[in-house]
Amino acid sequence: MKVKLKVKRTDGETGATSYSKYEIEAADNVTLLDALIQVREYEDGTLSLRCSCRSAICGSCSMRVNGRARLACRAKVIAITRGDENVELVVEPMGNMPVIKDLVNDMESFWSKMRQVDPYLQPVGPVPEREYRVTNEAMIDLTHTMNCIMCGACVSDCTVLEVDKNFIAPAALAKAYRFAADPRDGQEHDRLEKLSEYSGIWDCTRCNMCVEVCPKGVAPMNRILQLREMAIEAGIKNNAGSRHTNIFTKSIEDGGRLNEVWMLPGSVGMFNVPRLMKEMPGALKMLRAGKLPVAQMVPPGVPGSHKMKGMDRVRNVIRKSASLKPKIAKVED
Amino acid sequence: MAVYEHDILVIGGGLAGMRAAISAQQQGADVAMISKVHPVRSHSNAAQGGINGPGVGEDGGPWEEHAYETTKASDYLGDQDAITVLAQEGGREVLQAEHWGVVFSRKPDGHMAVRRFGGMGKARTFFVGAITGQAILHVLYEQLMKPAVYQALRNYEEWFVTSLIVDEGQCRGAVAMNIRTGELHAITAKATIVCTGGLGRVYEPSTNALICTGDGIAQSYRAGAPIMDMEMVQIHPTTLKGTGVLITEGARGEGAYLLNKDGDRFMTKYAPSMMELASRDVVSRAEQMELDEGRGVDGCVFLDMRHLGEALIKERLEEIYEIARDLVNIDITKELLPILPGVHYIMGGVKTDVDGATPLPGLYSAGEAACVSVHGANRVGANSLLDTLVFGRRAAEHAVPWIKSQTFRPIHESVVNNDRAMLQGVLDRPMNGDRVARIRKDMGVSMSENVGLFRSPEKMEKQLGILKEIRARYEKVGVEDKGKVFNTDLLFHIELGYMIDCAEMIVKSAIERKESRGAHTRLDFPNRDDENWLKHIVLTKQTDGSEKMSYIPVTITEWQPQERKY
Amino acid sequence: MALKYAFWPGCVSKGAAPELYLATNRVAKELGIELVELDQATCTGAGVIQEQNPEMADALNARTFALAQQLGLPLMNICSTCQGIESMVQDKLTKNPEYLAKINAILSDEGLHYTPGLEIKNFLWILVEDFGLDRLKKMVTRPLSGLRIGPFYGCYILRPSEILGKSEHPDRDKYLEMVIEAVGGTVVDYEGSKKCCGFPLLTINRENSLKQAGNHIHEAQDLGADALVSPCPLCHLNLDAQQPAAKQVTQFDLDLPIIHLPQMIGLAIGVPPKEMRMDHHVVSTKKLLAKLSEPAAV
Repeated sequence: MKVKLKVKRTDGETGATSYSKYEIEAADNVTLLDALIQVREYEDGTLSLRCSCRSAICGSCSMRVNGRARLACRAKVIAITRGDENVELVVEPMGNMPVIKDLVNDMESFWSKMRQVDPYLQPVGPVPEREYRVTNEAMIDLTHTMNCIMCGACVSDCTVLEVDKNFIAPAALAKAYRFAADPRDGQEHDRLEKLSEYSGIWDCTRCNMCVEVCPKGVAPMNRILQLREMAIEAGIKNNAGSRHTNIFTKSIEDGGRLNEVWMLPGSVGMFNVPRLMKEMPGALKMLRAGKLPVAQMVPPGVPGSHKMKGMDRVRNVIRKSASLKPKIAKVED
Repeated sequence: MAVYEHDILVIGGGLAGMRAAISAQQQGADVAMISKVHPVRSHSNAAQGGINGPGVGEDGGPWEEHAYETTKASDYLGDQDAITVLAQEGGREVLQAEHWGVVFSRKPDGHMAVRRFGGMGKARTFFVGAITGQAILHVLYEQLMKPAVYQALRNYEEWFVTSLIVDEGQCRGAVAMNIRTGELHAITAKATIVCTGGLGRVYEPSTNALICTGDGIAQSYRAGAPIMDMEMVQIHPTTLKGTGVLITEGARGEGAYLLNKDGDRFMTKYAPSMMELASRDVVSRAEQMELDEGRGVDGCVFLDMRHLGEALIKERLEEIYEIARDLVNIDITKELLPILPGVHYIMGGVKTDVDGATPLPGLYSAGEAACVSVHGANRVGANSLLDTLVFGRRAAEHAVPWIKSQTFRPIHESVVNNDRAMLQGVLDRPMNGDRVARIRKDMGVSMSENVGLFRSPEKMEKQLGILKEIRARYEKVGVEDKGKVFNTDLLFHIELGYMIDCAEMIVKSAIERKESRGAHTRLDFPNRDDENWLKHIVLTKQTDGSEKMSYIPVTITEWQPQERKY
Repeated sequence: MALKYAFWPGCVSKGAAPELYLATNRVAKELGIELVELDQATCTGAGVIQEQNPEMADALNARTFALAQQLGLPLMNICSTCQGIESMVQDKLTKNPEYLAKINAILSDEGLHYTPGLEIKNFLWILVEDFGLDRLKKMVTRPLSGLRIGPFYGCYILRPSEILGKSEHPDRDKYLEMVIEAVGGTVVDYEGSKKCCGFPLLTINRENSLKQAGNHIHEAQDLGADALVSPCPLCHLNLDAQQPAAKQVTQFDLDLPIIHLPQMIGLAIGVPPKEMRMDHHVVSTKKLLAKLSEPAAV
């Protein structure tokens, strides 16, 4: 099979960028990594990339292929080209991190964020003589997150990080979940409080990009959502994120459908005048365009608020859904 | 150019290296760790199936049982004093890892669960799904991210060692290149611990990662440290068709069968009592015999996991499920997985005592790079992780007090001059039509062909000749990349030099050992010969550049050699 | 073949984006697609309720699915977020039959029951997969030739692609481009088309939210776009209603009309813009409409 590659090059000394095109003959089941290694070894020794295990456990070979971060060793060329030999694969280094040379990123920002979430177990109380006794369910749940190989794909394509370099970003937040949810850890509340601050769990825009690009099924965004649930559960509610969730849920419980008008004051705080003032010009424009529905002017929960038909049946479902909460497994004696 | 000074320099950031660094740092030493890749990229990741935990409750089993089984599997070449240390201290390391946060799978009572591994009489292997090595590696790296440790421990990440510094008969650190700048520096230390892992890439194919190029073994050899048991190359029974990627023994531990093309569980013939869970050397030879006798398909036999059920596979063998799906498009819950034996592990390495110390003062070694020897002629599954933790820690525990009893003179920066000239020589060399990759491939393929599972004197001699040609080509080949920043082309050149050293040691030792023991099977000497060969073969480079071959008797304390049956 | 769907309009088309509701009904009628509105279905939770109470969100969505099944019809939505949430819940319920049984026990109070297998499709998917672009092309009376249009998908109609039917429909991430071309427009290929509009962050981190919106608008505008088209009213809110604010935050000179997918179809098949309330946008669509091959008065 013919493989066509267009690889973004960065000169390590000058930082100048260009593209190199390669065309090689390779086996049908070739991975992108195989193809790149073949190029490096037999076509162009100046091409630099990181790689080691070839089986998606070392996390070295993340890069962008046709605009999305992938692990090169997990990317079958034929699956990307759909068998069309004329399709060119555009290979570039990861995003959101500086480039050292060619396909090699500087991952220091990745690791400094990892360190920011106190990524180590902090048990309290005496260390047991044997192991900590915990449920298999809890360990298996954490194992899914420990599956993370720190490849950086999620950070590369994180859409929030593109506009805010301080966002802790998916990989480190998933790591934070791994400790906050560990029954052996004694700092859950402190962790959740710290994570609820700016640049933390509430700054994720829930775009699913990290879920999409993660080669190991860690689904970092879902871990972030679990952290949000844990934080609310732990009573850490003095932030726009949890207030937003709260007013949203209240709005559905009250009227069945979202009351957009009250989302903003409900999230930033009803008495956060400076913040609300910022919205005034926009709100006026929306009003003029007929985009602030009169029916929603009464806040959820207040008599006269807008309600969908058949709310009694909806409330019945909501009330009874409380029984669906999963039971937490306990260690058997 | 700066000379960096430390008390302890750990080379390698895998499990052995990080365990050593953590221990040395806890003892208050000024520690530096140098690694050619970020620590979490290390090949310790690849240990999927588990870690033995002798002495941890009933499941871990009494340490004596573990020690005996390790000795038996080693075909009695393992040193029993070292094996005793491994078995007695192993449980403590497993518990330490758990206390640090490793998410070991559990039983309903909350204690850690165990699975069976090859060569072991009972289930005693603790595990994290099929990512045990990765889970422990990442937890050790978490320890390095603790603020106090992070501040104190100097991490030379993505630095590449070009040689060890030897001064007045002592090892005093290493000369290394910062891969990001291409600059060479002397990193001096009072003690140096080589934890650079194995050399699997000397063979093609291999389960090993591309970074497993025997660097530390070759560097130690060049520095004059004795290298032991190099003929003992483990061939793993289950590597994936076409890719050489490892399929964990944990699969068989969970009950997978080995089938030939007729669908027969052929292990009934070779190891009727332990079947698929006989020792690795036994299973690999059985597979090869099935293949040689025409009962394979495309050079493969099959691993059958269908009867294990989807739920168990997804809980405990998820990694294998994914590898099979992604690399060969096979659903192991429904289909047979084609596998074949493949090079996996080097039992030999830098000779050390039970404290990780080598005969070269100031030089220590631990993990796969080292040969204590606890694995002898054949390593049992789930002992490699244990080895890294126990002896990584012990090396640091010996080295830190040791440096206090010594005096050291400063090292001059001119110590880097030789290596700088060597590198410049490579960079200045014009391309001559040959390529580093081609030479490496020729070496690897010929090693597999001539010094693989079954060995004959003719083929081994032939390989010695091939390696001569390989070395001659190596000395003439140039590199394309002349830049300074992240010049991987140049690194591969240096690595190939390390690999050729290792290959030569493997072949010479294999020719020398005129018997069959563990992983070393000679067609001309099919039996074990305890009378003549219950000893280690040791290669040492002399100060005049010549090589000395010597022998060290095996340490036997408890268990007299017996015939091995599974 | 007559197409008929249970129609879940979503919260926004009944709230801040009434023009979408109108345009959808108007265009569906024109295309001969019959819609039976689910007027008693609730919000999908948009991933927000899920942060506090995933079980409540699952039960409410299962109820919506059951309402569609009661009619014996596939479910249509007009919102990328609704599509994503509904597909994710559907996936979860299919994989957990015991959990679904518990939910069905609750639904049985009002005689409802959900059986996995309901077809749930955004209007975009329906256009391409059920209606057919060839058929659409034949209905075009006012081709959008000369218009450069940037697609804006909205995250949840794209990701996670596995749950959104990538294996059976591998081109779902190209449908908007295909539709733009089918109605005679020129596709503006820009990086932001598959990224996040920033809406979910608007009330939580306004600056980040508006930077996201602003960057995408700017990028498309820079490449000569006349408009962006989206199958998601939440994206529309951030890209259109918040565009003046995004302009302030990013300091980019933004002025790009954002149109709903049904509006674009309507324009091409000759529906008068007024009947789709194209005058009810925050960013004026006047310039865009003036550029049509057969100019239509606003």
